[in-house]
Amino acid sequence: MPVMTYREAIRSAMADEMTRDDSVIVMGEDIGVYGGTHLVTDGLIDKFGPKRVIDTPIAEGGFTGAAIGMAMTGMRPIVEMMTWNFSFQAADQIIQNAAKVRYFSGGQVTVPLVIRGPNGGGVQLSAQHTHSLEGFYGHFPGLKVVSPVTPADAKGMMLASIRDNNPVIFLEAGALYGTKGEVPDGDFVVPFGKARIAREGTDITLIAYGRQVNMLLNVAEKLAGEGISAEVIDLRSIRPFDEETIVTSVRKTHRAVVVQEQWRWFSVASEVAAIIQEQAFDDLDAPVLRVSGAEVPAPYARNLELAAFPNEDQIAAAARRALYLEK
Amino acid sequence: MATTRSRSAKAASKSGANDSAVGGRHKAASQNGLPLDHTTLLDMYRQMVTIRLFEEAAQKAFRTGKIGGYLHLYIGQEALAMGFLHSYQPGDKIITAYRDHAHALILGTHPRAVMAELYGKGTGMVKGKGGSMHLFDVKNGLWGGYGIVGGHIPLGVGFAYAQAYQQSGNMTQLYFGDGSIHNGAFHEAANLAGLWGRDGMNPCLFILENNKYGMGTSVERATAMTDLSAKFDSYGIEHEDVDANDLIAVLECAQRVTKMVRETGKPYGIEAQTYRLSPHGAADFLERYRSKDEVQSHRAHDPINVLEARLLQADATTEAEMEKIRADAKDVADDAVKFAEESPDPDLAELTTDVLAD
Ligand SMILES: Cc1ncc(C[n+]2csc(CCOP(=O)(O)OP(=O)(O)O)c2C)c(N)n1
Ligand SMILES: [Mg+2]
Repeated sequence: MPVMTYREAIRSAMADEMTRDDSVIVMGEDIGVYGGTHLVTDGLIDKFGPKRVIDTPIAEGGFTGAAIGMAMTGMRPIVEMMTWNFSFQAADQIIQNAAKVRYFSGGQVTVPLVIRGPNGGGVQLSAQHTHSLEGFYGHFPGLKVVSPVTPADAKGMMLASIRDNNPVIFLEAGALYGTKGEVPDGDFVVPFGKARIAREGTDITLIAYGRQVNMLLNVAEKLAGEGISAEVIDLRSIRPFDEETIVTSVRKTHRAVVVQEQWRWFSVASEVAAIIQEQAFDDLDAPVLRVSGAEVPAPYARNLELAAFPNEDQIAAAARRALYLEK
Repeated sequence: MATTRSRSAKAASKSGANDSAVGGRHKAASQNGLPLDHTTLLDMYRQMVTIRLFEEAAQKAFRTGKIGGYLHLYIGQEALAMGFLHSYQPGDKIITAYRDHAHALILGTHPRAVMAELYGKGTGMVKGKGGSMHLFDVKNGLWGGYGIVGGHIPLGVGFAYAQAYQQSGNMTQLYFGDGSIHNGAFHEAANLAGLWGRDGMNPCLFILENNKYGMGTSVERATAMTDLSAKFDSYGIEHEDVDANDLIAVLECAQRVTKMVRETGKPYGIEAQTYRLSPHGAADFLERYRSKDEVQSHRAHDPINVLEARLLQADATTEAEMEKIRADAKDVADDAVKFAEESPDPDLAELTTDVLAD
């Protein structure tokens, strides 16, 4: 199996699909001539030309709305948000049009649209350039929201996203563009709504998605040294959500910790905790714990930023608390 | 790129229509100075009267609580959509805001299906899921029906890009209000349209329905630059004004500019001058923002009266024939109401369908 970076995996999925299907185009700010702020679209303009790799002006609402119009009428656009932080300017289009138009047209239109770009923090971009928007977009019926962490999933879920007949919010782990991994060749599709058991274990279930999955794997390794067997679940997609894998795991381990970079209030972890207590209440031996970002806008200074996001020590401590090994 | 502002068209529209409505001095290519044959024009008259009576019936149903939500009427603006939609060709895409009943009826949705939608019935054109503001009839070219002021404008520009990309030879008619032109969505979308149009990639006709008010805020109270169509200049989009209460003027303009948009793949702007005779919505009872006299003065230029005068002047019809048309239109409206009232509510199973596609 070839080894690729996370960035290359996304690019290869887009290029393959553009080759296969003329209706697939990409658009966004500086994605063509410049090569993409994070070089995800690098080289595509040479291969597919400016009518299929469209450099747009800095007008997120306008070009996202235009892409929705294209998607409604026979095309399959992939929109790059230079970073998801700028998507608030397009939120009206995404929420009021893309997510709902199928419903309020009584099923007369479909919106096969992908919006992709880096999400989350960790690289000192401070308040306005640091958000984890899975909970925000996950709130709205009519959207699909996914967050791959491995290069293989990045490719497989991008292929699934482009072929999906619904608007997909594709949240990339911006800090991981350069990480490498094995990526299956060819038509490798990872369907939505199926969580991945990243490590098997029996004593406690650790749940996350995106960048935090890698932290959970480190924590599980550390806990193994203490005689604790942790199962790590990568949610992969936030909407649709794989309740079954989570509940089955908790029925086995009887304990769960949910980790996320985003703020805790009204967040993905809150929803996961609620699902577990609804469906596996009698199997639980401890409350489901959440480890989340600090309730502050993201700070700049490195030490403050590190303190604002979950770290491995906090996660390990939460796991021990759920096992009543620590107060 | 040079943008030619069509001053002559603007000047004509500012003075011409009302004169010609009474005087019938309009000179055009075909019989009796009218641009189309009598049968076609009389049919448009029939449609405009039907829309009027349909909406009056809807307003009544709203006031008696049978129609819920919002209800925005097109009364006084009928010639605008009638004239431009006459240039509709299969495959074209029509998109507008929430004041959308006329567009649906002209494009050929059965009045029963429109009224049933207003009533929130399962037989409505979107199965009772959208109501008055979200009329869709994709088969007949109507791609909505949107409730967020300005929010649909970028979609129309996207439709046009797709039409050019697919080399369909089709175009988009994008309707929007004078109130929405101040929203960022217009400016972002118009900029894209102008930009893409440079390469022939945006056959989009921007039709600004200037009915002089955005709810209770007049054009003058919404912008210091009240020549609204001049805003197209900022984006390299050529444009002209038309007196949209005069069907004949609209038809002439529409035939010419749609041909041009189709051929060039470039967007074009229209400032369609009209006046909203009805309240903003059927629940706008007070109308504090304008005087009764002002509304009254515009009734003289009611597009239906203007057309009647034109047709009589050209000997295209008689009072008796028009009376018959009005009576038939009343029957259509009554039939639509009866159908809507007798229709079943949407099946409860519809609540959760159409959220996602397969
Ligand atoms: C973004 C947004 N803000 C406010 C409203 C409430 N609203 C509905 S219609 C309207 C006036 C719009 O006027 P205009 O664009 O001129 O269209 P008209 O109603 O005259 O046809 C307003 C303010 C809305 N629907 N959307
Ligand atoms: Mg208006």
